[in-house]
Amino acid sequence: MNRTGLHVDWTRCDGRGLCVELLPDLLGRDEWGYPLPHRSTPGRLLTEVPPGSVADAEQAVALCPLLALTLTTEAAT
Amino acid sequence: MNARPAAVATGSPTRPDTAGRLFVAGAGAGHEAHLAAYGPAPSSGTDLIRELELSGLTGRGGAAFPVWRKLAATAAGRRPVVIGNGAEGEPRSRKDATLVQHAPHLVVDGLLAAADAVRASRVYLYVRSGSGTPIRRALAERPDGGRVRVVVAPHTFVSGEAGAVVNAVGQGVALPTDRLHRLSETGLDGRPTLVHNVETLAHLGLVARYGGSWFRGAGTLEDPGTRLVTVSGDLPAGGVLEIPGGTRVADVLAACGTGPVAAVLVGGYHGAWLPAAEVDARLSPSGRAVPGAGVLIALGPGRCGLHLTAQIVRYLAGQSAGQCGPCRFGLPALAGAVGELAGRPAVGTEGRVRRLATTVAGRGACHHPDGTSRLVLSALDAFADDVAAHATGRCVAGGRP
Ligand code: SF4
Ligand code: SF4
Repeated sequence: MNRTGLHVDWTRCDGRGLCVELLPDLLGRDEWGYPLPHRSTPGRLLTEVPPGSVADAEQAVALCPLLALTLTTEAAT
Repeated sequence: MNARPAAVATGSPTRPDTAGRLFVAGAGAGHEAHLAAYGPAPSSGTDLIRELELSGLTGRGGAAFPVWRKLAATAAGRRPVVIGNGAEGEPRSRKDATLVQHAPHLVVDGLLAAADAVRASRVYLYVRSGSGTPIRRALAERPDGGRVRVVVAPHTFVSGEAGAVVNAVGQGVALPTDRLHRLSETGLDGRPTLVHNVETLAHLGLVARYGGSWFRGAGTLEDPGTRLVTVSGDLPAGGVLEIPGGTRVADVLAACGTGPVAAVLVGGYHGAWLPAAEVDARLSPSGRAVPGAGVLIALGPGRCGLHLTAQIVRYLAGQSAGQCGPCRFGLPALAGAVGELAGRPAVGTEGRVRRLATTVAGRGACHHPDGTSRLVLSALDAFADDVAAHATGRCVAGGRP
């Protein structure tokens, strides 16, 4: 079973929040519009993506206008 | 500010005793004095990575990561690059400039030993403009000096962040970049890249000579060896000191002639405030007083810690590279809120400070927002009485908020 994570390149993201609309269960926005995870994740990830949200996360990656999002997988330990 | 080596040069090549190790060759030491004090450069045949593991040496640039691990990870890749980092973006830090000025050969020994251990194909030294001359002079004195290329760092806070270092050496732009992978996997030109602080390299140069158990002859189990600290603030004589790992903060201050303090900022502008009641804490990467890059700032009695924190946060907000939204917008907002707290806070100001500090943490390409957040949250703890007093229009520090 692999664990999926969502990474954001903050140097690209412009905070218009498309990903927040696509992933309301995982992301809110801060007062400037930038994605703010409901649960903070240590390390380089914006948030972990539970199995049920992977399809939506893939869509967010594909639709982010600034190509700022990446999905990562790592073997669960 | 001059270094105060705790030991004097002995004249004959000996293993330096436990008290002071890095400045044994004397002020402004050239290659001859260096060799006389420390003996010949280490041969590359020894298993340096193993000795480093034994030594327990951790990074002296701030993150305190085990040095051997970074070497081992980098050595696993193809044609690695090694960069010595002396950018020292922290405004109150002088230790790296002092080291490069007085012990440049120890730094170069360590750099080349690390490069040999990982079989690096390229070797760089990245230093502030003031350090360019001493380091070039030192390199010119050595038969192996031609292996090292010198790159000058700009005077910005984030110029020494590992990603910014690689970007500066590769592209001439000292800005952090987005990193999904470790530099030991892909760094300069996509090659595995090892970035080590120059003080770390100086210790490494000694471990390569005398071994890992020698290194443990100073310091504590948790923080073996010695470390450089830069002490400043409200004290009679600050400067750069070499201290054994695990030294109590109070003892460092006493060595600088400091009387009672209101608090100490440990770890520099990305560090944490230590209240007066806790200055007996020992400096250790895993303890209450985390040395970071070794910056200690004393706050004298009668001085307002919130006021100083507000000044620092304003500076840090100005040093945001402006690349990442939460840092670019969040830090100025945080600076404004902390400024209010230091002056005449409204109802809810403290809550807003806490919320902003929590919101920005972890949301940038580098640790600039995280470090700023840590500083602010520690100030709320250490100066809780001041926060309460300011809310009623008073200042416990003596009327001058
Ligand atoms: S969709 Fe992309 S650019 Fe827009 S807020 Fe999300 S990560 Fe940032
Ligand atoms: S987090 Fe801030 S300082 Fe770091 S790269 Fe982003 S904008 Fe620059």
